[in-house]
Amino acid sequence: MIPEVSMVLDDQDPSVPDIIRGTGHLPEMRVDPIGLFHRVRDECGDLGRFRLADKDVVLVSGAEANEAFFRAPDDVLDQAAAYPFMTPIFGKGVVFDASPEERQQMLKNQALRGDMMRGHARTIEAEIRRMVAGWGDEGEIDLLDFFAELTIYTTSSCLIGKPFRDQLDGSFAEIYHRLERGTDAIAYVDPYADIESFRVRDQAREELVAKVQAIIAARIAKAASLGGEIPREERDLLDVLIAVGYDAEMVTGIFISMMFAGHHTSSGTASWAMIELLRNPAVLADVVAELDALYAPDAAGTTPEVSFQALRSIPVLESALKETLRLHPPLIVLMRVVREEFELLGHTIAPGTVLAASPRVSNRIEADFPDAEEFRPERYVDPRQEDLQNRWTWIPFGAGKHRCVGNAFAMMQMKAIFSVLLRDFEFAAVQPLDAYHDDVTKMVIQLAQPARVRYRRRSR
Amino acid sequence: MRVVADTGLCQGHQLCQGEAPTVFGFDEDADVVVLLDEHPDESLRPDVATAVKYCPAFALSLEEDR
Repeated sequence: MIPEVSMVLDDQDPSVPDIIRGTGHLPEMRVDPIGLFHRVRDECGDLGRFRLADKDVVLVSGAEANEAFFRAPDDVLDQAAAYPFMTPIFGKGVVFDASPEERQQMLKNQALRGDMMRGHARTIEAEIRRMVAGWGDEGEIDLLDFFAELTIYTTSSCLIGKPFRDQLDGSFAEIYHRLERGTDAIAYVDPYADIESFRVRDQAREELVAKVQAIIAARIAKAASLGGEIPREERDLLDVLIAVGYDAEMVTGIFISMMFAGHHTSSGTASWAMIELLRNPAVLADVVAELDALYAPDAAGTTPEVSFQALRSIPVLESALKETLRLHPPLIVLMRVVREEFELLGHTIAPGTVLAASPRVSNRIEADFPDAEEFRPERYVDPRQEDLQNRWTWIPFGAGKHRCVGNAFAMMQMKAIFSVLLRDFEFAAVQPLDAYHDDVTKMVIQLAQPARVRYRRRSR
Repeated sequence: MRVVADTGLCQGHQLCQGEAPTVFGFDEDADVVVLLDEHPDESLRPDVATAVKYCPAFALSLEEDR
């Protein structure tokens, strides 16, 4: 029998909302998921159980269990049904002709192809420069506001197209953020429950549909004014979807689902990289020195382009980014529904059980990552290479066949962002360094606000 | 050295071919990597190591001959 983790929050406690009274560990997962997942490993080891309403969840950790989890085929461990909080965000009634696996494959084969990366790198460099263009010599930003807006522009421009991106402003990012906040774990009981965070979510989605509707109308009007067609070089994915006959509701659902995986993840990682660099000034100094050397003008006075360099090795910065991802994985839990009886470490897991792996827990296993709680970028330097050496427990991008298909894109984007920011500006914390923290009350974890930093233009 | 490619993990990104085209090929039908040279010459070590390090699927590894 797989052991069950203790309860530290009574699920009948008066502080627990009525709708999730008596749902086992769900009330705790809603307020302290990280504490819950770590306690499962501490108390139960590589396999431990907890309960979310009527679902039995087995949380796996450690290399052997993780490998079995990540290698299992889709018909045995199904990821489609494991995330009930996502359905209302993509849109009820918005039907895709493809499974999550097929959609991931399509994304990889289209927008994330290796030969498209150079163009994406150029796009990202242009977007980050556009964001800082109005900065002046010094000022303050909130990391969440800044990176959430920037990554709306980069993901929309790279995945949908520049004409669509050019119709967006900061309000789109603000609405999208409210949508992401609608990932309350109460969805494990009822994703359409009449609660505040779901009302906010549904309102946000309607606002996005209205914006997309306006963009579609403008696009159709423009086509009409040009004699019926947008010139080929000005077309993007939106024109394709209009031509197929999809309405604004459907188009919005498709765009939300395309942008979702790459948005809060990249935004959070950029924010945490900045915070960890500020917490570790010696590492920051090394990264800045590396970038200054890399982008120093040659004898002829030309400097390498960011869009070129971001696709190549920037080892010190890369190690800092990897260590940021290890300590602050954007997704702290990955879930699958067991479809066929599944053998795991001598136990038989019944169909209907939810299996989960936690990047947050596995990434901090002390035996695999000495000084696991500390920020130590040197752990990635050859020959330690603790990411490659622990490919089933170093899992900020997941692992196996479904390992995040956007990870090369994401790393390139981070390298481009910090190449621009750290060469042109110096940053300083304006809050105590340990005051920056995540809001973990939603399944999509985001930086808690305020998360402000000060910038000052470097004199060069 | 010996190169190992796990086709159960490969996602078909094909970045390895760019790093070491004489070592890594591609099976278009199966959409996975094909090893062209399991024991590449020592001179190719930096390229192969880069391919292993940057494989987006962590599907490659480098083992030492003994």
